[in-house]
Amino acid sequence: MSQASETLEQVFREEYGRIIATLIRQSGSFDLAEEALNEAFLSAAATWERDGPPRNPGAWLTTVAHRRLLDALRRDKTRTDKQPEIEFETTRLQPYAEPESIDESVEYPDDRLRLIFTCCHPSLGRDAQVALTLRTLGGLTTTEIAHAFLLPEPTLAQRLVRAKQKIRVARIPYEIPALDRLSDRLAAVQAVIYLIFNEGYAASAGANLVRNDLCAEAIRLGRVLCELLPNEPENIGLLALMLLQNSRRRARVNDRGELVTLEEQDRSLWDSNEIEEGLRLVTRALAMGRVGKYQLQAAIAAVHCEANTAEETDWPQIVALYEELMRYSSSPVIALNHAAAVAMAEGAEHGLRLIDRANTNGTLNNYYLFHAARADLLRRLNRFPEARAAYEQALSLTTNIIEQNYIRHRLDEISTVH
Amino acid sequence: MKYMLLIYHDEQGWNSISEAERQQIFLEYRKLRGELEASGRFVTGSQLQPITTATSVRVRDGKELVTDGPFAETHEQLGGYFLVEAKDLDEATSIAARIPAARTGTIEVRPLVEMAAQAPA
Repeated sequence: MSQASETLEQVFREEYGRIIATLIRQSGSFDLAEEALNEAFLSAAATWERDGPPRNPGAWLTTVAHRRLLDALRRDKTRTDKQPEIEFETTRLQPYAEPESIDESVEYPDDRLRLIFTCCHPSLGRDAQVALTLRTLGGLTTTEIAHAFLLPEPTLAQRLVRAKQKIRVARIPYEIPALDRLSDRLAAVQAVIYLIFNEGYAASAGANLVRNDLCAEAIRLGRVLCELLPNEPENIGLLALMLLQNSRRRARVNDRGELVTLEEQDRSLWDSNEIEEGLRLVTRALAMGRVGKYQLQAAIAAVHCEANTAEETDWPQIVALYEELMRYSSSPVIALNHAAAVAMAEGAEHGLRLIDRANTNGTLNNYYLFHAARADLLRRLNRFPEARAAYEQALSLTTNIIEQNYIRHRLDEISTVH
Repeated sequence: MKYMLLIYHDEQGWNSISEAERQQIFLEYRKLRGELEASGRFVTGSQLQPITTATSVRVRDGKELVTDGPFAETHEQLGGYFLVEAKDLDEATSIAARIPAARTGTIEVRPLVEMAAQAPA
């Protein structure tokens, strides 16, 4: 790969969100902004290959994309003089750096905030929010997103077209939300980023348990969010949580592609840089004195990371953190994890009682993790026939091949001892 | 930009509340309408007669078909509407959230097709 194309690829990833955010504000149109930026990248590919990459590639691209955008707006304006949308767009255009001042720093941090809040607007479906955030703020191509979510490319493309159409037609604002809705809207942004991470970390289908590209992308978006709104402890908590979970990714699956539980993981494979950064961030977030669900989950992950062996884990501390967490979130996953922590701190029987209590109304009957967690505790209690039945239930409820293999492995173990 | 706020509510629930409560809610509607008018955001709006008064019309093969209904199997029925002027979706949803029926039913917010935008390119 030549130096020019390497620079271009790097700039593409790093600058895409920054540049498109400003182009969207100027044009009032996601499509026009995208077209202009794509043209600028094409033009960069040709020019940089010939002349070498410029000193400030980001500014170069911004300026060229901006010129392309102006051209497109003028073309549209002469073609359809009475188009109100275009009128609206042109009035929004602001004076911009001329090519002579190309090296000036061009950054409007608020534009990326506008962009992320628009992409995660509650009137868009969660799938659309995810796709749009990855496409615009993350700069991933439609092909890359479709591949990451194991979707046919036309499906993903269609989803993006519909989302952009809704933004335009229903006029979803391109604005930082008013103060009275900011915390709700921010929670939606955090949820989208964490969903992207989880899709990568525990892929819901297919043969790869961990899809590192999505994890890395979610962490990158988490960093952007911290950079844009640095005084929100939950933003820092979310980034810390993702880093601490991601630090275990190499230990989570063994050479044969099998799932390895936290207890059995080779802790020397954990990424010490990510742990160090995660611990630093979680401490900083908690010191801000506004605790929330991401900070608490990060704190739990931190307690695990601080134990050199599984036996050294401070389970009473983890139980206490889960109890605090349950005050913020009533998710069944949290109740199950709490029960599993209680089982470690106070004995498997106690944990089993809590698991069964979490499912008194039967809402978890079709939930893979419920049966898997129950089965693990029954196994620890040497109640093998019941453990087998629960593992078999769990097996019937997951489509992830690695999770299926993990359960089969446990079933084999039971067969040999019993 | 114009948005239609379609008010869906449970008619039976509406019929089962006391007259005093109903008057209280009517008062809220009048107040909201007054505020929207004062700020120039009210275009039109009305309560609708109950779904039992509805008639459906279809024309098939040039033949006019008039029937009773519709009686869709839903818990909420269209009970009224506001047509408002708002600068964007957030402003429209803020108005929708102030409609009393939003507390028990659902307000569907739909942008209108602006006539100018239909002009051929």
